[in-house]
Amino acid sequence: MSFTGVLRPGHCAIRVMEMGPALTHYIERLGMLKTGEDAEGRVYLKGWDEHDAFSIVLREADSPGLDYLGFKVLSNQDLDRLELALREHGCAVERIPAGELKGCGHRVRFQIPTGHTLELYAEKDYVGTLTGNQNPHPWPEGLKGMKVCRFDHCLLYGPNLADTADLFVNVLGFSLSERVVTPDAQMIGAFFTCSNKAHDIAFIEHAEPGKLHHASFLLNTWEEVLNAADLMSMHDIPIDIGPTRHGITRGRTIYFFDPSGNRNEVFCGDYTWYPDREPITWETEQLGRAIFYHDRKLNENFLGVVT
Amino acid sequence: MSGEFNITLADSGACFPCKQDQNVLAAMEKLGRRGIPVGCRGGGCGICRVQVVAGAGYRTQKMSRAQVSEADLAAGICLACKLIPEGDLTLRVLGLFRRDCD
Repeated sequence: MSFTGVLRPGHCAIRVMEMGPALTHYIERLGMLKTGEDAEGRVYLKGWDEHDAFSIVLREADSPGLDYLGFKVLSNQDLDRLELALREHGCAVERIPAGELKGCGHRVRFQIPTGHTLELYAEKDYVGTLTGNQNPHPWPEGLKGMKVCRFDHCLLYGPNLADTADLFVNVLGFSLSERVVTPDAQMIGAFFTCSNKAHDIAFIEHAEPGKLHHASFLLNTWEEVLNAADLMSMHDIPIDIGPTRHGITRGRTIYFFDPSGNRNEVFCGDYTWYPDREPITWETEQLGRAIFYHDRKLNENFLGVVT
Repeated sequence: MSGEFNITLADSGACFPCKQDQNVLAAMEKLGRRGIPVGCRGGGCGICRVQVVAGAGYRTQKMSRAQVSEADLAAGICLACKLIPEGDLTLRVLGLFRRDCD
């Protein structure tokens, strides 16, 4: 077995200020499927190509942002092993009982040095996809809006990036795929993968802890990114920037905001990561094209607007 | 009631019209005008923070409590993307990115 330990970002719990407009955004516009809700009023969503019960959890609150980000691990043995490793590393670790999120097994919750709350879990209800697994058609009919395949990753902003990198690489077993480095060798941006993707989570060094820069969703093609942009104008969704190309990860992308001001991305196309690769390094003097390969200049709103 | 109000930015004297039921930031953006920095446009990020310093009434829609407190609201401070004028208003721009405010 070559794929062990942490598998992928499995759920992202997002605060929204009003549930109604948020559901219109994530269901009608992004094309996610509602898979449940609970007694606390939280709503559970997944992309059409995701097999587990949910990947996005929306909660109504008086300020937007990220509650927590959960990663699925391969087995309960991995979960126990990583929980112990986190405790030995000195992280504050808490066990959340099975069922606290509907359909999810017990979760190991911990704080990371950037001020974000992360979770690991091994079990979540398997609901499959509308195409099924028996002689499936390539995609299901009747999807709405941008037809996002799946929740893919988050970019988070917070302090103590070096300690966070240590945690992700040496405790959780991620690889550093790309980094942004200042002339005095300080790492101010770091992209980590636990899979074959160019990134499963990314961080930018930022004074204020625990901030969400964006939650990202996968599309299949550049044409689908353009189609998503068209839908944003049709429905007056605020566009941040794009469609364009990233230098970092090579993704083809557009950024926009949900009705509570949480930034979303839909993107397609990165490269295949293998853990025997060397990380890519971007120098801060080239940061413009590292971020937006065509603009080639720094974009203050993209760099500074977070929830 | 007139369907359009004048929004004046106190620092620069810049002035632009805003339709009733339109938020101040959207009115500025649709005219290609500048002066108030633009962020998430959803009441979440706090970039377009302004203070109403004079005017004939306004209402606000839901904004992040992390960006606008009860005390802020009482002092006329709000986010331009959630500010709906009910008369002519004069605003002071408090948001980040002041160099956008030309």
